[in-house]
Amino acid sequence: MNLTEYLQRNQKPILQAWFQSVVETYPEETAKFLKKEKDPFANPVGSSILEGIQGIFTQILGGLPSDDVLPFLDRIVRVRAIQDFTPAQAVSFMFSLKDVVRSRMEKDGLLDRYTADLVAFDRTVDRAALMAFNIFMECREKLYQLRIDEIKNRTGRLLERANAIWESRRAEDGSREES
Amino acid sequence: MATVPKPSELGKVDHRPPQRPWTETTPEFRPGTFCYGAKAKNLDVVGMPNPREWNPADEDWKLPDDWKDITLKGMEDRLNKFRSFKLFMDICVRCGACADKCHYFIGSGDPKNMPVLRAELIRSIYRKYFTGSGKIFSKYAGARALTEQIIKEWFYYYYQCTECRRCSVFCPYGIDTAEITMMGRELLNELGCGIDWIMGPVANCYMNGNHLGIQPHAFKDMIMFFVDEIEAVTGVRVEPTFNRKGAEVLFITPSGDVFADPGTYTLMGYMMLFHEIGLDYTWSTYASEGGNFGLFTSHEMMKRLNAKMYAEAKRLKVKWLLGGECGHMWRVINQYMDTMNGPADFLEVPKSPITGTVFENAKSTKMVHIAEFTADLIRHGKLNLDPSRNDNKIVTFHDSCNPSRAMGFFEEPRYVLKAVCNHFYDMPENTIREKTFCCGSGSGLNTDEFMEMRMRGGLPRANAVRYVHEKYGVNMLACICAIDRAVLPPLMNYWVPGVNVTGLHELVGNALVMKGEKKRTTDLRYEPLPGMEEEEEAEDV
Repeated sequence: MNLTEYLQRNQKPILQAWFQSVVETYPEETAKFLKKEKDPFANPVGSSILEGIQGIFTQILGGLPSDDVLPFLDRIVRVRAIQDFTPAQAVSFMFSLKDVVRSRMEKDGLLDRYTADLVAFDRTVDRAALMAFNIFMECREKLYQLRIDEIKNRTGRLLERANAIWESRRAEDGSREES
Repeated sequence: MATVPKPSELGKVDHRPPQRPWTETTPEFRPGTFCYGAKAKNLDVVGMPNPREWNPADEDWKLPDDWKDITLKGMEDRLNKFRSFKLFMDICVRCGACADKCHYFIGSGDPKNMPVLRAELIRSIYRKYFTGSGKIFSKYAGARALTEQIIKEWFYYYYQCTECRRCSVFCPYGIDTAEITMMGRELLNELGCGIDWIMGPVANCYMNGNHLGIQPHAFKDMIMFFVDEIEAVTGVRVEPTFNRKGAEVLFITPSGDVFADPGTYTLMGYMMLFHEIGLDYTWSTYASEGGNFGLFTSHEMMKRLNAKMYAEAKRLKVKWLLGGECGHMWRVINQYMDTMNGPADFLEVPKSPITGTVFENAKSTKMVHIAEFTADLIRHGKLNLDPSRNDNKIVTFHDSCNPSRAMGFFEEPRYVLKAVCNHFYDMPENTIREKTFCCGSGSGLNTDEFMEMRMRGGLPRANAVRYVHEKYGVNMLACICAIDRAVLPPLMNYWVPGVNVTGLHELVGNALVMKGEKKRTTDLRYEPLPGMEEEEEAEDV
């Protein structure tokens, strides 16, 4: 059984442990809620994490051949980018996959057997982590852009209207200044 | 120079938050997560205490020397005055039904945003100073001594609650946590610790009647600007009047509709509708604001700012009041205006001059919500509507917190929506009507410096929009609140790009076939109507 087959076969417990490690980055009471509540509308953070890690895991098993992993990374990072996390904490969930997989193997007594294969696996995870960091930055930049847009709209539109009123008055007055 | 951590230290990312009891954690005032403090000049205008320049991120908040006495005295006064406050302090059994219902808790993951814990921030002080068990057993009875740090904590969390009241829907005792937040904010305001995004509009309203402090001539100019816009789109020139004595109806809407997109298109919709049915109405340039940020300050301030509605109705000798699409404005009107500034016995029970319908529900306040007014017109077949003009819009409806939970206002806007557009899909049941999720920016928190926190608070709402966006292709989020119209666009931009925001009456304006109108090729945003794309292009060339 190669590494990919092993990961596929153990997908369920690995995802469970990975989910557990992500929700544990939240305070205890919150982690309880994130795990317990199954309704995706009552618990959007928990369901984003779950959907995200499922998709990411499948993509990683395939060796990340394309950008198809991005929407899944986005599901998790977009949330963490606006929560109380440092940039490192926000994307750390990708690295915890390495620990999760290793501890599973250790439990099965198979860590030694896969040591060589894990190098490639780690590289794939690192690539996904870097992509996650790109998304994190996009989200933060978007946040600041939204703020700038809001300020501009607030004052810009007012000035635009004031100018339009001013212009129309000048036109009515026969535009003395233009002559 | 700062110590540069070694790579080995940097690698140690601690996944687990520190294990400390909630009473010992303190908020960190990081940019993006708190609103700027109230400026002295705005506090001065309305005579609020402790005007000074201060910044919540600073260590020293420049509190008055006797801040502790002021706070405890303030609590005592309110406990004696408001039975609900006393009751809410005493009866919570911490069952946790509310805990996971707050959009701020769901979006931020911060346990102190659980309504029960947010209330506990003030309840623990109540126990310490106002209950026997708390005085004796202190922390063993869930009590704690009042410190400056707790004032900061109150500021942080009571300006994170949007007073949306979703949690109260689930409380078996009916505890209204929004009222606890209100008390928290009142106490903070006694120390001069309000936020400027609220206090600025309050001061402006007090002086000039509206949030931006627009003076009468400018207010009129801005409305007339939209008269030109309506004419450009429809070929019909509507003729609003200002401060006209003897009009039948005084129309009051949030000033956001006059100066902030996309609310302005809703304003155009109102004026087109009134023109079409020939409503005898007038604007007041003083009661030029439906919103009331006094509600987010103190009950006295709410009363002061609300007074202009009836005062202007009396001065202008109108028969009744019609109100525009706003959220918290309707909480004030529906729940407080009558007893605060009423009875308005100089007014008549509102009766639609077009359909003859008597609005019995507004018998006492004499003020009718425009959505029910329009729904009544449609019900009686008084409007010529062409919903296909909105066919490029796949619409869902966000129940604004106050009209839904403070008025039970669910069906009227949906009835109007279904009449003016052909594609309407509701969001999942536990995110609408009385269980609606807040926009995350209500109760005066719609300021740009708070953007990060607003994205947290709006996540549950956006998540439900995302669902209908993906399932039905929804591209338009309709609402009946001016704050929603201002804050949902950035929220959608962050969470669900591809969804725009509209007021209800913008869609009415699009669909309304007016007498004498020219061939309409665009909607109110100058975007081509469905099927008119080519004509528009030809015109542009």
